[in-house]
Amino acid sequence: MNFYAVKAIYKFEMARMWRTLGQSIASPVLSTVLYFIVFGSAIGSRIDGIDGISYGAFIVPGLIMLSVLNQSISNASFGIYFPRFTGTIYEVLSAPISFVEILLGYVGAAASKSLVIGTIILLTSGFFVDMEIQHPFWMILFLVLTSVTFSLFGFIIGIWADGFEKLQVIPLLVITPLTFLGGAFYSINMLPPLWQKISLANPVVYLISGFRWSFFEHSDVSLGVSLAMISIFLLLCISAVAWIFKTGYKLKA
Amino acid sequence: MKSVIQMKQLNKVYEDGFQALSDINLEIRKGEIFALLGPNGAGKTTMISVICGIVNPTSGTVTVDGYDIIKDYRASRAIIGLVPQELTTEAFETVWNTVSLSRGLFGKAPNPEYIEKTLKALSLWDKKDNKIMTLSGGMKRRVLIAKALSHEPEVLFLDEPTAGVDVDLRKGMWSLVHELRQTGVTIILTTHYIEEAEEMADRVGVINKGRLIVVEEKNELMKKMGSKTLSVQLPFSMRELPEDLKSKRIDLEADGKVLNYTYDTQSEEDDICDFFDLLKQNGISFKDITTKQSSLEEIFVSLVNK
Repeated sequence: MNFYAVKAIYKFEMARMWRTLGQSIASPVLSTVLYFIVFGSAIGSRIDGIDGISYGAFIVPGLIMLSVLNQSISNASFGIYFPRFTGTIYEVLSAPISFVEILLGYVGAAASKSLVIGTIILLTSGFFVDMEIQHPFWMILFLVLTSVTFSLFGFIIGIWADGFEKLQVIPLLVITPLTFLGGAFYSINMLPPLWQKISLANPVVYLISGFRWSFFEHSDVSLGVSLAMISIFLLLCISAVAWIFKTGYKLKA
Repeated sequence: MKSVIQMKQLNKVYEDGFQALSDINLEIRKGEIFALLGPNGAGKTTMISVICGIVNPTSGTVTVDGYDIIKDYRASRAIIGLVPQELTTEAFETVWNTVSLSRGLFGKAPNPEYIEKTLKALSLWDKKDNKIMTLSGGMKRRVLIAKALSHEPEVLFLDEPTAGVDVDLRKGMWSLVHELRQTGVTIILTTHYIEEAEEMADRVGVINKGRLIVVEEKNELMKKMGSKTLSVQLPFSMRELPEDLKSKRIDLEADGKVLNYTYDTQSEEDDICDFFDLLKQNGISFKDITTKQSSLEEIFVSLVNK
C-alpha cells in the first residue's frame, strides 16, 4: 500500500476545502440556515407536528441529507474532474499507485468534507430547534455510509463528465429533485396511496427515512430496508468504479 | 553499458485505428542522454506515455530497470520522472505544495530539505509560496521539472523540455540536464530543436509514423550520414558553371561568388584533389576556403523524407 500517495492526495484535496472556505462550508451552511428560517420557523410554526415531532425538528435529518448528498457528489466529481480538465491527471496515472489508493485519496477527502458539513449543519440546527438524537451510533453510521456512497457516485460522474455542464447535470436535475421528493420536508405517509407507492422507487426515501429514524425513531420504511437499499447502491457504485479502473474508461487511452 | 529500459515488439493502436507505434524495439542505456527525434505525430509522446503508464500498450513488453511496466508497475514507475510537453499545472496551488504532492504520489516520505535543494537548483526557491498561475511560462516549465525530480528518479523523461522558452533559459536547461547526468540519472528527451539533441545527446533515435527508423550514437550518425561542404570564395562572380564542373554536388551561391562542393568523407569516390584539379584546369582562382559538417537537422530531414 502506497500510504504516502493516499495521504498526499487526501491532504491536497482537503487543502482545497480550507482554501475555499466560503464556497466549501459557509455556502451550504448558509443555505441550510435559510431553510430552517423559512420552513422551520416562518412556515413551520403554523404546521402541526408530525407524529409528535415538531416540524422544525422533523426536517433536520432531511436538510442534513440534502447537503451531504449534494456536497459528496460535487466534491468528489470536481476533485477528479479538475485534474482531468487541466491535464495534471498525468501525474496520478504515472505514479506508483493503485486505483484503490487513488479512490481512497479522492473519495476519502470528499466524504470527509461532507461529514464536516453534515456535522456543522447538525450543530447549527441546535440553535433553531430542540431535539435529542435517539440512536447516535446509527446516525453516524448512516451519515458515513451516505457520504462514502455518494462520494463514490460523484467520482463516477467526475470521470464520466467531459464538461463543467455535465458535472452539474446529475446533482441539479436528479439528486436535488429526488431529495425534495424523498421526504426531506414531509413524511411520505402524508401522501395519497398512489404517490406513496411511487415514492418507494426513490432511493433517497430510504436514506432519509433511516437517518430520521436514528433521530426520532420515526421512519417511513423499516430500518433494515433502509440499510439494505444504501448497501445495494454502495455496491453498485463500487462495481461501476471497479469497471472504470479495469477498462481505463476516460482515464487511459 | 547496462540497459535501463527495454522495449520489445511494442505496438500501440488507438481506438480509432491509428497505429501510433509499430514494432518498436529499443534499449536505453543506464546513465545516457538519449534524444528521440521525429516530426509531429510520429509517436514520441505515445512511446513515453506507454513507458510511464499513462497509455496502455496494445502489444509488446516494456521493462524499466528489469521491472515490467504492467506486472511490476509500482517498482517501474517509482524510478521514473516525467516532464510533460504541455504546461499542465495546478494553477491555484503554490509551488511548494505541488512539488510536495508529487513526492508523496511517488511513495516517498516528506523531505523538506530535498525539496528546498531542488527548488534552489531550479531558481524557484524565492517563488515557493507563489501560486503557479502567477509564474511565467519558463518558471512553470521549471516547476514541472521540480515535480518530476521531487522523488529522486533514476530515469527522467523530458518531453519537449525547451518548447516555448527563451534562449537563455534553454541554455540553462541544457546545463541542468548535463548536471543531472553527472548524478547518474538516465535522460530521455524528445525535441523539435535538433540543435538540442546535437548539443546534449549521446545517442539519437529517429521515429517516423510510429516506426523507429534509426538508433545510433550521435557522433557515429553524423559521421555516417553526414556530408561535408567545401566552400570556395571566388574573387569574381561566376555566372555559370563550366561544363566539366556541372555536377549535382557542385553549385554556385552568393551571386556566383561562392562555389560549394559537397562530398562524403567516407566515400572512396570523392576526392578533394580532383575538385582542385578541375578548378585549376578551368583557370579558376580563389580567395578563401571553408568547410562545414552537415548538421543533425539536415540528417534528420533526409531520414524522415526517405
